[in-house]
Parts: sequence; C-alpha cells; structure tokens
Amino acid sequence: MSDYNIPEGLRYTKEHEWIRRDEKNDNNVIIGITDHAQKALGDIVHTELPDVGTKFEIDDEMGVVESAKSASEIYAPLTGTIVEVNTNLDLHPEKVNEAPYAEGWMIKLEMEDPDELDNLLSPDGYSHFLDEE
Amino acid sequence: MRYLALNAADRKKMLETVGVSGQEDLFIDVPNEAKNGKFNLPNGLTEQEVYKYFRELANKNTSADKVSFFLGGGCYRHYIPASVDHIIQRAEFLTSYTPYQPEISQGTLTVIFEFQSIICTITGMPVANASMYDGATALVEAVQMSQRVHKKRQKFHIANELNPEYGNVLKSYFESESFSDELNEELSAIIVQLPDYHGQIAQLEKYRKICDETSAHLIVVNSEIVAFGLLPAPVQADIVVGDAQSIGVGLNFGGPHLGYFACQEKFVRQMPGRICGLTKDSMGKQSFVLTLNAREQHIRRHKATSNICSNQGLNAVAFTIHMSLLGKNGFKHLAKLNHNKAVKLYKALSNIAACKIEQQNFFNEFCYETALPAQQLLDNLLEQDIMGGIAVAPHKILVNVTELNSAEDIAKYATALEGIL
Repeated sequence: MSDYNIPEGLRYTKEHEWIRRDEKNDNNVIIGITDHAQKALGDIVHTELPDVGTKFEIDDEMGVVESAKSASEIYAPLTGTIVEVNTNLDLHPEKVNEAPYAEGWMIKLEMEDPDELDNLLSPDGYSHFLDEE
Repeated sequence: MRYLALNAADRKKMLETVGVSGQEDLFIDVPNEAKNGKFNLPNGLTEQEVYKYFRELANKNTSADKVSFFLGGGCYRHYIPASVDHIIQRAEFLTSYTPYQPEISQGTLTVIFEFQSIICTITGMPVANASMYDGATALVEAVQMSQRVHKKRQKFHIANELNPEYGNVLKSYFESESFSDELNEELSAIIVQLPDYHGQIAQLEKYRKICDETSAHLIVVNSEIVAFGLLPAPVQADIVVGDAQSIGVGLNFGGPHLGYFACQEKFVRQMPGRICGLTKDSMGKQSFVLTLNAREQHIRRHKATSNICSNQGLNAVAFTIHMSLLGKNGFKHLAKLNHNKAVKLYKALSNIAACKIEQQNFFNEFCYETALPAQQLLDNLLEQDIMGGIAVAPHKILVNVTELNSAEDIAKYATALEGIL
C-alpha cells in the first residue's frame, strides 16, 4: 500500500496527474497533480497554465509546475480544449501542496472523446504503479 | 559518468552503430588536399625571439593613450580608478567559479546582488540578472524572452539607428522573416537604442504608445550606460538591456564587455541567465543565494529559458567596484562631464563652415557631415595623431567625447578639421 492519498472516483496517469469528471458538465474534466507528485516536487512556487481555447492531444505539454528545486511539465491526459484554468494559483501556488485534489486543481478541459477516459489508470492501478516505481 | 578512455572494442562498436567501417570515414567530407596539405609555418623560435617578434608586432598598434582619441560607437574610453584592477585581482574574485554553493560563495553572491541592484537603479526596472556577455547578446536574449512570452508572435521591429554590430548578432540568431518594417499586431517587440548608434536620444513615450496599441514589448537597448547619469531611467520599457563596458572594464581591444539585462517583474520566470536573491540562512541571518534556478539549464535541461547559464562575473565585479567608488552623485557628475565636453566639441565643430551638424540632442557622441569622404577625412586626422571617429556613412562621422578628452584635445580636433576642410 502506498503512503499517499489516492482518492476513489478519480482517474490517474503515470505522469502523476489526476482527472475528475466535472459534475456540472459531463463533457469536461478537471485535472491536477497527485498527492505523490506534490510531495515529490516540494514547495510549489509557480504554475504556468495554458490559454483558454487552446487544443491539446494526448501527451502534449499543457503547462509547467515549478517548485523551489525543480520544474515539471503538465501533460494532456486526454484530447480536448482548455475551458478554464485555476488562476487562483498565480497568487497561491501553495494550494497545490495543501489541497492537490481540491483548491489545487489546475486545468479544466473539454474532452473530444470521453471514451479516452477508459484508458487512464484507476486508483488501484495508480497505487500499484507507485509501488512498482 | 566515468572518464575512461575508449578501447579498440568500444571504437569498433561505435563505428558499427553509426554505420561506417573505419575512423577515416568520419572525415570523408574533408577534402583530400586539406587533409594532406602542409601548413606554411615558420621554424620554431626561442622564448626571447618570440618576445621580440610579438613586441615588434605590438608596436605597430597605436594605443588610445598615445593619440587624441574620439572613438565610441559601442566601446567607450573612460577613466578606471587603479583600485578597481587591484580589487578584482583578489583570488576570491579572480578565480571564483559559478557560486552554486552559497555556504562558500557569500562574497561573490553579495557583489552580484549589488550589481543587480545598481542595474535596477540605473534602468528603473524592478529586476535584473547577474549580467550577460555583452550588449549585443543581451539584446538577442531580450528578443528571445519577448518571443517566449508572446508565444505566437515572432517578429520584431528596429525603430531607430541600431549599432550595426548588434544588428549583425540579431541576424545570426533570427531568420530574416523575423525582422519587420511594419508596426502591427504581429510584433513581439519594438527595439529602441538609447542613445542610438548616431548618438540621438529617442523619445520613448512615442514608442510606448505604439507598444500599448499593438501589445508589443518595448525593448530599450543601450551601449553607453553613463548616459543614464543624465537621462531619466527608461521606465517606459518592458525590457532594458545593454552594455556596461564603460564602467570598470576598459577598451580591451573590443572585448570582453559586460552585458546587462533588466525587465519588469512579471517576466522574472522567463528571464535568461542567473539571478541572485536575498534570503535568510538556517540561523536567520541575511544571506545571498542563486534563485529561480528552476528556469535554468542545470535543472530544466533543453526546456530552460535560455542557454545562457553563466554570467560575465569578473567584469560585473569590476563594474560594481567602479560604481561604488563613483556613488550616485559621482555617476551623475561623470555623465555631466561627458556631456559638457561633447558640447564643447559640438560647438567648436559647428563654427566650421564646411562641417554640417544637423543633430540637436545627444549625450557624449554625435554625427557631423562633410563634403570630403568620411574615411579620407579620418585618415587625414590620424596623420595628426587624432583618432577622429567612425565613418557611419560615406560622408558622415560619429564622434565621441568622454571625460578623458582634454580641452586641448578638443581644440586640436577643431583646428585640424578646419585645416583639412
């Protein structure tokens, strides 16, 4: 069992991102980085998020999350178009550390093909992936 | 990685991987005549003979101290106090490498922090980096940063007389399509040299307005930092870059110089080069560290904001020492002295009928025109031990005056020019 918080009901990627379906709009997903990712990066000092309206394919770089000691890319887990980004992080990047699955969310994406969600990891799958890594 | 020499088996494997049969095949593009050619080199010389040979060569040069010197155009002759050279020769400054370890580099880091603070004060910008190689490459970095911020806009416009050497360096970095004559919304940046290559002082307000209308960045580039002792800080700019060779560095046969890079705070994560920051150590004491490292190559690899991951350390130290000797008032006084002396020459040349000066505003260099070809005129002046300036057009000469030009120098220039014309 891993020591990290991996909430049920979300999907995950090997790039340590989580994906949640938007309750208000079934075509949209909300994306952030996992508890494991925020712990590995350390204090988040800056996020660089994409412009609303930008279209991405799976694995495209959408942005950057920067901590005091390193910087990592945020990759698109699904094909889609940016509908909203968490501008609150500009002033409060520490929210990514404090609440990675809540106020620390980063990007809202309108999916092109919701079936792509099935290819992502389940909480169990992600947990196993962390154990192996 | 272990640094072990390759053996024959390694070589064989590498050659197989790249698909060639032998090492000589790697050099197949080198023409045979070049491979087998003989170098036309003289026989070896003894140490004394080498000294003699090079002394004779060196004696063919005329040094700036031996003539009346009026050359500027990006490289300026100012007085450097002897203490500057003395202090920078301290081994802690002279041989120090990149201060990655703050626990052993507080001296160098303190000087870098002071350097950045001085550049910020002079340029009116909130942030500056630890220096760049020279003004021309600092300008390239400014354009690249503007393109990074604008993402889809890649064009830039040169608004006034840019130092042709800076222009050539831009050409070596950017495709010709990036240079734009038009002022429109495709522009990433507008470049204004201040003072420009002909010594003219641009009105930044005009360019600020164009930038506000087109959302382009205003890049101010400066090659004579002493000018800011008199000119107001270019606070209208988004990015201010330039060359600070004038303070502490000397002519050095044209290099090494000292580039600087300053900008608005919103661009701090897009800035090239290293930045030194003020913080507290584990004991709560004030200390300095390299900061915002995550932008840099040693962490971000090929995604770094710039491939500049060093700075012009020793010259930045020299600049900082010279500036701290001058102080704020001394810097202003130096600028005033430069301008007043340039005005003296300007007035003296204005009285010569065959010498035409259209320029109204300038700092310590300006242009004049004559019917005589510029190069011929400069050759004639040199015969009288006057290095009279730079031919910037067939009949146009750029002339520079600093605090090192005496009143006699200036009178001599005017008399000689009158005699020639």
